[in-house]
Amino acid sequence: MTELFAFLLTGLTVGFVYALVGMGFTVIYNASGIINFAQGEFVMAGGMIMVFLLAGGIPYLPAYLLAIGLTALLGVLLWKLTDLSRDSSQESLIILTLGYAIFLRGAAEVVFDKELHTLPPLLGEGHLTILGATLSYQALLVMAASVLIVAGLWFFFRRTRTGKAMIAVSLDPDAARLMGISLKKIWVLSFSLAAAIASVGGILLTPITSTNYEVGIMLGLKGFAAAITGGLSNPFGAVAGGLILGIMEALVAGYLSSEYKDAVAFVIMLLILFFRPGGLFSHRGVQRV
Amino acid sequence: MLEIRNLTKRFGGLTAVDDISFRVAKGHIHAVIGPNGAGKTTLVNTISGVYRSDGGSVWLDGADITDTPTDQLVYRGICRTFQNLEICGGMTVLENVMLGFDRYLSKGLWPTLLRSRRLLEDERRYTERAMHLLGLIGIRDYAHQEARNLSYGILKKLEIVRALATGPELLLLDEPVAGLNPRETAEVAELIRTIVADEVTVILIEHDMRMVMDLSDRITVMHFGKKLAEGTPEEIRNDPEVIEAYLGGRR
Repeated sequence: MTELFAFLLTGLTVGFVYALVGMGFTVIYNASGIINFAQGEFVMAGGMIMVFLLAGGIPYLPAYLLAIGLTALLGVLLWKLTDLSRDSSQESLIILTLGYAIFLRGAAEVVFDKELHTLPPLLGEGHLTILGATLSYQALLVMAASVLIVAGLWFFFRRTRTGKAMIAVSLDPDAARLMGISLKKIWVLSFSLAAAIASVGGILLTPITSTNYEVGIMLGLKGFAAAITGGLSNPFGAVAGGLILGIMEALVAGYLSSEYKDAVAFVIMLLILFFRPGGLFSHRGVQRV
Repeated sequence: MLEIRNLTKRFGGLTAVDDISFRVAKGHIHAVIGPNGAGKTTLVNTISGVYRSDGGSVWLDGADITDTPTDQLVYRGICRTFQNLEICGGMTVLENVMLGFDRYLSKGLWPTLLRSRRLLEDERRYTERAMHLLGLIGIRDYAHQEARNLSYGILKKLEIVRALATGPELLLLDEPVAGLNPRETAEVAELIRTIVADEVTVILIEHDMRMVMDLSDRITVMHFGKKLAEGTPEEIRNDPEVIEAYLGGRR
């Protein structure tokens, strides 16, 4: 029982990070129809920038905000590049994002290094014990921050006019434009938002799992699997998707073998694509909502 | 109010809008008619910035508005509807109309976060206006339903209401009654009359000849991208060239 509970907690912690990455996928997809495969690299950038800012002697909190800000800026930069080729087909733009991912990994290797880095946990090394299972303060922080971000996005999409404008753009860009909503602003916002969310995940996860220039590959793919599982156009579906993947992964790693851990997310994604291509929560085929 | 000078739009070798010029007087209903493929919708798309023009210019109250980006049009007091619906299906009817008020609503960070009194007051006022507009065309009862579940006729009306919400001085209606039954058509015609009574100028693209003849102050006839004729409904009805273009004359 304790064992199961411990696996669940591990799964939830990682699952929340997948959820944050997955939400980034859905936010950009909704605003622009682009699947941004550099999403995982935002996670990497957040963690790596943070590591090097701290090493550069910048105090924790300013470094934290700066790392999020710089990653968001990176998101804007990627949008700028994408916008240059706005007339290309959606497929070309998606392949372009694969290029960004490879470039960003290379750049990180050059600008930073190839070593594995970790960060001191924000709230120290302590942990809670729940039903015999331990939960580190850092893991708790990952969950709390994720819940806050999800709630914030919920508020943003449901209750703010900019959020509504974003939904309108995803539903019908032509109509939204005609009502005076600038598509460019929405796109910039979606890229920076997705980058910022992912960077928070990257920074918070680093004390638990460490980071290096390549960490974005797996996190990006798992986040993508989370988004597919929940429905590519549904940010809150991506949260559910991320949590499901995280928990399944932890259970498989715990009860079967950690050898299979990474396969779990992709097997689930494939099953979803076969049997419910619109995601777990879709009531009809694939549709951008 | 609106003046179109030698407007031209080409698609490869095809000149869909060919050197079209006409003026629309303030408060008038100016119809543009012509057989299918005459270039009417392309004309509207070129005026409203969906397409970039290949020549000529568009003037609004003496200002050159040629190729104004679509999202800037509402700030110039222009809005349009689409021949094929462009409605946000996942939103409610009311939300679609509220979208039209986007330009008037504050989006400041702090007012939004703090749910300031002014913001809530604004929201209440514009919700009321939206409901009023929906009432005008008799679809108020559907306000809280998701748009995708509603019938074509209701959505067609909703699109006009949403365009009205932007507070336009010039409204371009692209086939507003296509696919509507006679009763709905009469309702929309009535709404257009009400709109014009409020000093909104209307460019009406429509195939329903009875409605066009009833409503319009002036009519421009397009044929193969060119302007074939222009005049009052009376003149157009008796114009031999127009009759030939529509009915196919003897050679």
